[in-house]
Amino acid sequence: MKVVVCVKQIPDPAIPGELVPETGTLNRDDKLILDESDSYGVEMALQLAEAAGGGQVSLVSMAPRSETSGLRTALAMGADDAVLISDDALAGSDALGTAKVLGAAIAELEADLVLAGVESSDGYTGTVPEMIAGVMGLPSITFAKQIEIADGVASVQRQTEAGYDQVECALPAVVSVTAGVVEPRYPSFKGIMAAKKKPVDSKDLAALGIDAAAVGVAGARQETVEVTDAPEREAGEIITDEGDAHANIVEFLTELKVI
Amino acid sequence: MTLAQILLFAEGDADGVSGLTLELATKARTLADTVTAFAPAHGETMAAELGAHGVSTVYALEGLGDGLVGVHAAAALAGHIEATSPDAVFFGQTTDGRDTAARLAVLADRPVSTNNVGAEIVDGGLVTEEPIFGGTQNIFTAYRAPAPALAMFRPKSFEAEPSGGGAAAVESVAAVDPGEAGRATVTGRHAEERSGPQLDDAAVVVSGGRGLGQPEAYSMVDELAGLLGAASGASRAIVDAGWVPYAKQVGQTGKVVKPSVYIACGISGATQHLVGMKGSKNIVAINKDPEAPIFGVADLGIVGDVHKVMPALIEALKSR
Repeated sequence: MKVVVCVKQIPDPAIPGELVPETGTLNRDDKLILDESDSYGVEMALQLAEAAGGGQVSLVSMAPRSETSGLRTALAMGADDAVLISDDALAGSDALGTAKVLGAAIAELEADLVLAGVESSDGYTGTVPEMIAGVMGLPSITFAKQIEIADGVASVQRQTEAGYDQVECALPAVVSVTAGVVEPRYPSFKGIMAAKKKPVDSKDLAALGIDAAAVGVAGARQETVEVTDAPEREAGEIITDEGDAHANIVEFLTELKVI
Repeated sequence: MTLAQILLFAEGDADGVSGLTLELATKARTLADTVTAFAPAHGETMAAELGAHGVSTVYALEGLGDGLVGVHAAAALAGHIEATSPDAVFFGQTTDGRDTAARLAVLADRPVSTNNVGAEIVDGGLVTEEPIFGGTQNIFTAYRAPAPALAMFRPKSFEAEPSGGGAAAVESVAAVDPGEAGRATVTGRHAEERSGPQLDDAAVVVSGGRGLGQPEAYSMVDELAGLLGAASGASRAIVDAGWVPYAKQVGQTGKVVKPSVYIACGISGATQHLVGMKGSKNIVAINKDPEAPIFGVADLGIVGDVHKVMPALIEALKSR
């Protein structure tokens, strides 16, 4: 079985983000790391390949400046190889532009299963996996909290607002996985060393046959007109509990006529 | 200045229209002369309530069967927007809303504006408002692709109010075969048990997070919620850890709540969580870390151990 996992390399979420003033898009100039949301997809792929008695797990990522640090993390977890699409014309791409690029790259890999996180931690549109399926003409099952593969059919529990739906789909298909479905493994020292030698196939837009006008800021066809600061909540009263702070809560709830 | 027509992606079930869809209907009728709706299911059932919120016509998809909503709804919508030329299509930021908007974006080759909390019409075009960086800033974006603009909105961005209109007209829309992309089927539907006040509309919400230490301690959240007639919620951390079901998750990827009182127990206040609850009128937080971001939004913050403060609070409420 061949599993392709989409991984996004994002600015470190621990560092406050900022916008590029000219475009209103996220500044990605600093080092990028593996999005934690995608570590669940990588782990799921590794487990499904193991359960199938072996298989290939390939990564696909689109990133500026041929960034590979996040890819190396996922390769160190155990993925076999990676495709990296990097091109200056991609800066400012929206979800649809991203899906066109990832879809074209994945189509060359002849995957049985394409996995992705439900949404990235920086853009969180939650639309890219379904768009990739659309671009590739594949079925998709989003918000998966459990996946089993048997006889070329994926059985998926798809999270819904009410609970979950059981969904069956013959492969190939695109499946997006929710955070927390599996416990992503920590790369071992051996894995980290091995990852340095694993193949990363770098491509630009021309190699995928995609017109630069269809992607990037121009392809996004949306214009940032204003960025404003949201009104802050006024700071409230902070009390250190000395054994009777619950009385302050009772008083507060009484004032609000909750009790 | 208003648009001529906004089309809503209308969601609901046998019990009625979803609150989010009614919120969007209410907003849409301030932005457009005509508001119509496309319902992937339950179109007939929802016509009266949608009409009462300003929708003139409900286009009801026929024959969805056990197919997934997104791919089938998008296949039919692509033809429907060609035929009826709406200026914008509004979706709720739900699982099916996201799937449908994303598929339609590919079929119609236009972008989707996501995670919005506001919308206005400027120079005849749609401008949407999206909170970024944990809600500390808002970004306003003008849609520059050809109509219809595709836009998705978060729950509770607008208040639902009836317009006093009569039932909407219902017109059938024939299913369009999406081909191989449509081969996934739903073989079973499972609903979490729903009892007591619901997160969406409870006046008081009590939520627990990782500071509870262990899954068993969540019973304190349930007990406190019970005493206050409140709904119980959770941070993503303990949902991911499997302590409580996803239906209880409050935050970016869970439910957006705006109760009169929100009580956060052992929740540090990651951006992911704050986005889902900082619209609450009053916020009480109990956390042992005085530096926790949750105290930045709390009206009353208790720096203390939830295992001491919560039992004492529960006892005090019981003895009243």
